[in-house]
Amino acid sequence: MELTDEKIIELKEKANDIRISIIDTLEDAGSGHTAGPLDMADIFTVLFFHTLKHNPKDPDWSERDRLVLSNGHICPVLYAAMAYTGYFPKEELKTLRKFGSRLQGHPHRDFLPMLETSSGPLGEGLSQAVGMALADKIDHGLTSDRYIYALLSDAELECGQTWEASMLAGKEKLQNLTAVIDRNNIQIDGYTENVMPLESVSDKWRAWNWHVIEIDGHNIEEIADAFEAAKSIFGKPTVIIAHTIAGKGVRAFERDYRWHGKPPDKKEEQMAINELRTLGGKIRSEHQ
Amino acid sequence: MLNPDLKLNPKMFNKDIEQIPIRHGFGEGLLVAGEKNLQIVGLSADLTESTKMNLFSEKFPNRFIQVGVAEQNLAAVASGLAAMGKIPFISSYAMFSPGRNWEQIRTTICYNNRPVKIAGSHAGISVGPDGGTHQAIEDIAITRVIPRMVVISPCDSLEAKKATEASADTDTPVYIRLAREKTPVMTTEETPFEIGKSQTFWKSDKPEVGIIATGALLYKALCAAKELEERGIGVEVMNLSTIKPLDEEAIIALAKATGRIVTVEEHQISGGMGSAVAECLAQSYPIPMEFIGVADQFGQSGTPDELIEHYGMDTKSIIAAVNKIQKR
Repeated sequence: MELTDEKIIELKEKANDIRISIIDTLEDAGSGHTAGPLDMADIFTVLFFHTLKHNPKDPDWSERDRLVLSNGHICPVLYAAMAYTGYFPKEELKTLRKFGSRLQGHPHRDFLPMLETSSGPLGEGLSQAVGMALADKIDHGLTSDRYIYALLSDAELECGQTWEASMLAGKEKLQNLTAVIDRNNIQIDGYTENVMPLESVSDKWRAWNWHVIEIDGHNIEEIADAFEAAKSIFGKPTVIIAHTIAGKGVRAFERDYRWHGKPPDKKEEQMAINELRTLGGKIRSEHQ
Repeated sequence: MLNPDLKLNPKMFNKDIEQIPIRHGFGEGLLVAGEKNLQIVGLSADLTESTKMNLFSEKFPNRFIQVGVAEQNLAAVASGLAAMGKIPFISSYAMFSPGRNWEQIRTTICYNNRPVKIAGSHAGISVGPDGGTHQAIEDIAITRVIPRMVVISPCDSLEAKKATEASADTDTPVYIRLAREKTPVMTTEETPFEIGKSQTFWKSDKPEVGIIATGALLYKALCAAKELEERGIGVEVMNLSTIKPLDEEAIIALAKATGRIVTVEEHQISGGMGSAVAECLAQSYPIPMEFIGVADQFGQSGTPDELIEHYGMDTKSIIAAVNKIQKR
């Protein structure tokens, strides 16, 4: 699909809608994580509305690409992207984290079978994506045109298992595997470089035979281009290091690690939604 | 006497009964299953030969994945393969899988409902000289507690072969517990096997005590049964190779028939097969029980026989437990 100027504007608007929805559902839920879902909204929007080969009306379509969300705690952005692309009604987003909801606090396939994986415990998603890519390699060798996407947080690079998986992917030359790291520099206990220095992130992945692309994780065009570029790399998996601003879109939340693991209250919700609807005060909201 | 219906090894109590490591049956079963079903893949974490997965990897190199010493990755990669329709078998020592990677098994395999088959070799203290670090005696407890997991502890190499082939046809996660050492082959090719079904291996005319055994120690239980019968004490010996789902009907029937149960397993008494039997009987038909197993201790180096005797799991200990429970 061509990324026209109109399409870029449309995707920006979708990402903004998804951010509003995330704030709204988190406040309703009364618990959950705010910063990660907000800063990954642009990447999820590009994936779900542009890059992914999928069919929301037929989630089991056998030829679909696979998307593995490793850091399951940012699921409000996954659920919103799914609802906005038509997997289930948007109204259902209001049930997040509530008893009996299909939208569990961390994704669970028992409740929402259209999820590719259940997730939550960190460091396990890349391994599962590697297994999926290996299955395609066993069946189709180097000719598979299915892409497996693994979305990771930067703090997951502190988990040994992430490196176990990255070594195996490099060894097996899994060219149809693309990992995205949300490099937002925060985790629950503070800034990643204080909790556990991770740099140089890119050198570490290169060392395991990965092709590395670094992008501005809020630039729609750069995001889409990076996914396209990854498809042209032969004999290596690709990792996209997406530099993002934690809590992106709401100035009061941005870059503050304290927003990693808490939801907005009613007042903060109204402030945040107003800011998003007015594009940071640049336009008047129809709700004003 | 031995149950004639099961077509057990006619040389059961001969000194020259054939002895084969249980893990060999896994290797052979995986090879047969792999020939039948092209969706089966094998994953190893640097222990391909000692878990006997080498039979599969040599025949099907394209369906074999070597992940290196990385058991957490081993489990979760298998989950991903299963998500794409593969039937992955993962093998390592039980201490590392399902030991080290327990949470990955819980989350990515069982919680995710992926039909990964986990073969844990070198279970029990009969691992011997390697010592306590490599003797998994907690694995039954940690696997049977996870929802959806099927837990099988075969008594010999032939039963392990049948269990491996049968597990390939199930759509659930399965843990198959394997022992390192040579084990008397109690069954024959003709002995039936079905996941979830216990079998009566020995029945005296008037059984006064029911012995429920799992794994290689079943042989010690049969030797104890023979000796007890010679002394005029009748027992019934059950092979409980599937620990989960538990064959509750047969266990309750045995409890009703004998009124006393001794369980025998090469595992911690806490949380193991005996505990599973006790959970069942305490609710349905409470009767006195004795537990043969490791009593809250770690293993150590030694020969398998020395260790089995030291930790009180030999024939003499089983006879003593039967005598003790008769007085209760």
